[in-house]
Amino acid sequence: MKSFKKLALTAMMTGVLAITAACGAQGTEGKEQAGEEAKQLQGEIKIDGSSTVFPIMEAVVEEYGMEEPNVKVSVGVSGTGGGFEAFIAGETELSNASRPIKDEEKAALEEEGIEFTELKLAYDGLSVIVNKENDFVDHLTVDELKKMWIEDGTVKKWSDIRPEWPEEEIKFYSPGTDSGTFDYFNEVILEDEPIVEKATLSEDDNILVQGVQGDKNAIGYFGYAYYLENKDSLKIVPIDGGDGPVEPTNETIESGEYAPLSRPLFTYVKNTAVKEQEEVYDFVKFLIENSAVLSEDVGYVKLPEEEYTKALETLESLK
Amino acid sequence: MHLIDHKSVVKRMKSRLAMNIFSKSVFFAATMFALLILGVLLYRVFTQGFGYLDLQFLQSLPSRKPEQAGVYAALIGSIWLMGVVAPVSLLLGVGTAIYLEEYAKLNKMTAFIKVNISNLAGVPSIVFGLLGLTVFVRALALGTSVLAAGLTMSLLVLPIIIVASQEAIRAVPKELREASYGMGATKWQTIVRVVLPAAIPGILTGGILALSRAIGETAPLVVIGLPLFLAFLPNTLLDMITVLPMQIYNWTGRPQAEFHALAAAGIIVLLVLLIIMNSIAVLIRNKFQKRY
Repeated sequence: MKSFKKLALTAMMTGVLAITAACGAQGTEGKEQAGEEAKQLQGEIKIDGSSTVFPIMEAVVEEYGMEEPNVKVSVGVSGTGGGFEAFIAGETELSNASRPIKDEEKAALEEEGIEFTELKLAYDGLSVIVNKENDFVDHLTVDELKKMWIEDGTVKKWSDIRPEWPEEEIKFYSPGTDSGTFDYFNEVILEDEPIVEKATLSEDDNILVQGVQGDKNAIGYFGYAYYLENKDSLKIVPIDGGDGPVEPTNETIESGEYAPLSRPLFTYVKNTAVKEQEEVYDFVKFLIENSAVLSEDVGYVKLPEEEYTKALETLESLK
Repeated sequence: MHLIDHKSVVKRMKSRLAMNIFSKSVFFAATMFALLILGVLLYRVFTQGFGYLDLQFLQSLPSRKPEQAGVYAALIGSIWLMGVVAPVSLLLGVGTAIYLEEYAKLNKMTAFIKVNISNLAGVPSIVFGLLGLTVFVRALALGTSVLAAGLTMSLLVLPIIIVASQEAIRAVPKELREASYGMGATKWQTIVRVVLPAAIPGILTGGILALSRAIGETAPLVVIGLPLFLAFLPNTLLDMITVLPMQIYNWTGRPQAEFHALAAAGIIVLLVLLIIMNSIAVLIRNKFQKRY
């Protein structure tokens, strides 16, 4: 009877141990496989930062893994700011960003003695969209966008923007204030004035898509990829940045014609890592060479060819 | 000999019976409501994700091409995480509960500790993430490892286990303990051979709830900086992992509808993992319940 008690008591512990043991077995298997190919590059590359840039990095790392299976690459999604924090702490070799580095981040890196190089990977065109049933909005100028989106204490109606438009309240849908998308919109449209208080904010752009789909008086903005996926159920608003209304397309975004709402996506590379770690250099080279194709694959727009050539030259000069 | 007034009984019978039926249907509806929601949820997840659920999905790494994407690294990562959380949180949690219920004197200090443990259970999970980032990842320099993630999650679920274990230990009849002392057993012998076996069903119920929460949490792990894409698997406790909820969360945020279906398939995998864990716990529980 006593031994049975003990047996039963240990059953709980064994269950836990069994799980641990199972994982251990899985792990060693992977290690053996890796050991077989000794000629290739080895090492660890840690990447963190913007979740907007993540799909590009995921695609690049996926392809790179087929060429160099022994280089252990990890990609995190702490957000642009969180990524820079880890970059400053020296925890990562590459830091993805959906906005250029801020001065205070630069200063912090300088203080730590970390030299870095900025690389552009692709463009994203912030797309301003309205409900499919909205038949009066043909285009908007940057000034009209600003008038619409900043908080001035009044209830915004379409007729406030242009008198011939209906006298109905505008419903706003915007990415959350923590996102790089909001940051960019803030920089070029809001110019640091507060966004309309009634705006529905969401970190998930799919929610914004649904919001605008379901409300006739809605207007929203988000990344180009979300517009592409829902092209049939949304109406795109051409934006007039001073040279006539332009609709975001792969061509207008790449050429820079769709201004000011096309934004570059970046990754920041630690210089010493490129110099001292063969695998980092090799990975960054692969990244630049393949960004054009892979970024279009995941719904972004490639940079003009010469931008990538320039980036490769910069990389070579770091070595 | 008319102790019961038959007339008045008959008169009130109808309303009493009606009340009976009414309350029964209210509670039945309450149960059905929960079941209905669960049904709708399962239906949506299964119809969306079933098409992507196959062996390849379990054996592949994430990919930009939905048909090639899988949850391998995340699934293994989640199992590793449980491998850390389960022993750490159960040992610490049950240990604390034994101390508080069996050893600690009933003074203000003990009461203060108990109240605080209950309060801890209500702290938002993201706060535990920040704690894990400063203490485990940075100060103890564990990095974004299995160990750091596991310890953070253990802290998160510890209050649930402690409170459940306390209740379970308290519910063990006094007679059992007294009989044990009466037979000359020491306090430790009584705890190990009498109290714990009797309390194990309750402790395990708390444990199931706690581990289910730990396996489904995303926020604290994002905060401590676990990577999302990993092209390799962990070998030691200091290696990096990624986990299922993070993978699911990322897929639901993608623009392409195919990734939303992948997220649903990921949810099914997470559900199956949960059911397996829970069944193990239920099996152990039943074994002990039969003995009393």
